[in-house]
Amino acid sequence: MIHMQNVVKTYRVARRDSGAKAAFFALFHRKYDLVRALDGLSFDIDAGEIVALLGPNGAGKSTAIKILSGILYPDSGAVECGGFSPARDRMRYTREIGVVFGQRTQLYWDVPVGDSYGLLQDIYDVPEAEFKRNLSELTELLDLKELLRTPARQLSLGQRMRCELAASLLHSPRILFLDEPTIGLDAVSKLAVRQFVKVLNEEKKTTIILTTHDMQDVEALSRRVLMIGKGKLLLDGTLQDIRRDGESLDESLVDFYQGIEGFDGKEE
Amino acid sequence: MKRHGFRLYRHYLSLSIRSSMQYKSSFWLTMLGQALTTISTLLGVIFMFQRFPEVKGFTLDDVILCAGIVQLQFALAEMWARGFDRFSQIVRLGEYDRILLRPRGKILQVFGSQFELSRIGRIIQGVLMLVYALVRIRLRWDFLRVLTLVNMLIGGTGVFTAICILRAALCFFTLEGLEVMNIFFDGAREHGKYPLNIYGDKFLLFCTVAIPYALVQYYPLLYLLGRRADWFLPFLPLLALWFLIPCLLLFRVGVRHYQSSGS
Repeated sequence: MIHMQNVVKTYRVARRDSGAKAAFFALFHRKYDLVRALDGLSFDIDAGEIVALLGPNGAGKSTAIKILSGILYPDSGAVECGGFSPARDRMRYTREIGVVFGQRTQLYWDVPVGDSYGLLQDIYDVPEAEFKRNLSELTELLDLKELLRTPARQLSLGQRMRCELAASLLHSPRILFLDEPTIGLDAVSKLAVRQFVKVLNEEKKTTIILTTHDMQDVEALSRRVLMIGKGKLLLDGTLQDIRRDGESLDESLVDFYQGIEGFDGKEE
Repeated sequence: MKRHGFRLYRHYLSLSIRSSMQYKSSFWLTMLGQALTTISTLLGVIFMFQRFPEVKGFTLDDVILCAGIVQLQFALAEMWARGFDRFSQIVRLGEYDRILLRPRGKILQVFGSQFELSRIGRIIQGVLMLVYALVRIRLRWDFLRVLTLVNMLIGGTGVFTAICILRAALCFFTLEGLEVMNIFFDGAREHGKYPLNIYGDKFLLFCTVAIPYALVQYYPLLYLLGRRADWFLPFLPLLALWFLIPCLLLFRVGVRHYQSSGS
């Protein structure tokens, strides 16, 4: 279903020394550093799996999601998702996927959520019958009934995340990307999101790729874990491969991160 | 898929308009603010003409006509191409990633992303200036004159839209604000109040060939005022639409650059 082989992605980042003088010279002549976000990343994911991408900040998780979802072209390496080359076949491929960014919204801020859904129906050309069926299913599962008539700006974070999930599933995608879907949510909402994702995967066989820093998400959802660090795949296994006796999962994870060569615990 | 393009745009439009209706006081204040800026520009022109009865053969009424048309061209472009106007923000806030995640043309989506209804304030002003000048000048209206005026509005809105797109395209290469481009955009509106030949031949040539701005302002204005009668003048403004092509192409190059650099 998803195949990534030897994918490399480099960003050019403007370098600027601190101080007013340096800032002034940067106006005329800019130096660039090359940052290697992905450095030969390879993995395969089968249809119907739930896979969690783990790794410290700056490890390359978001870049991997952006490449898999077709936002960015890789510099080199092969990427194939559901028979498409994501960035090149953007127009056809994006019909097959749903993407939720935990930190951003795709809903119109000032109109009722249901109206945003109506626009999405037009954007994806979802036939009326399919749209109605999906919407009523999602309304049921995510308890959206009251929310559909509320403008997005009046929703709590947890309510909004439920609406975001529904928004990205109205066109029945085969693959769902969740980039930190539980960030900032309270316990009740987290459980609701996890429960929903689980049901979605079991009933619709939707392939789900998840990034998160919340180990409980991983524990509840994914049998398989891909650990990324410095743009490389460090581990392809289960949580059991990370867990050590007598430690919490978070502690084990810290141990693991510290074992990554050159990792200093700071964001890059 | 393409079949629904127009319908989709209408849908975007209705959501945008409903969104801006949510903030009534902000909407009216923006309109009022725009009205005041326009009045101050107009006063500048009027004071100028208290000193000099005419500028290069153009009277006050001629200049008000010209300024009114430019005002309309500018406001219409800002209203419907607002997405390109605020494009640096779209990129910075990551909204552009969302555009790439949808199975629709990027340009259609950027146009759809925002429709700035409050520009109606400027449009009303432009219409008032236009009507005032036309009443005073007492033009003899015939079909070709009406056509000239309509074409000036179409062509001019096109040129300003193209400049917006050009500025948006440059956002892909540098994320910092490009004040340079404002010279062409806001600058064009400011010096566009006066018929472009008053700035000298070289400038007129630049505005004819490079950024085809004189094609929607100076030349058709001469026709409108009855100073020249060449047959092609009423159609000249539409020719200015060629400028959209390089701007859209540059935008496409920018998209490609963005997707491979990911800045």
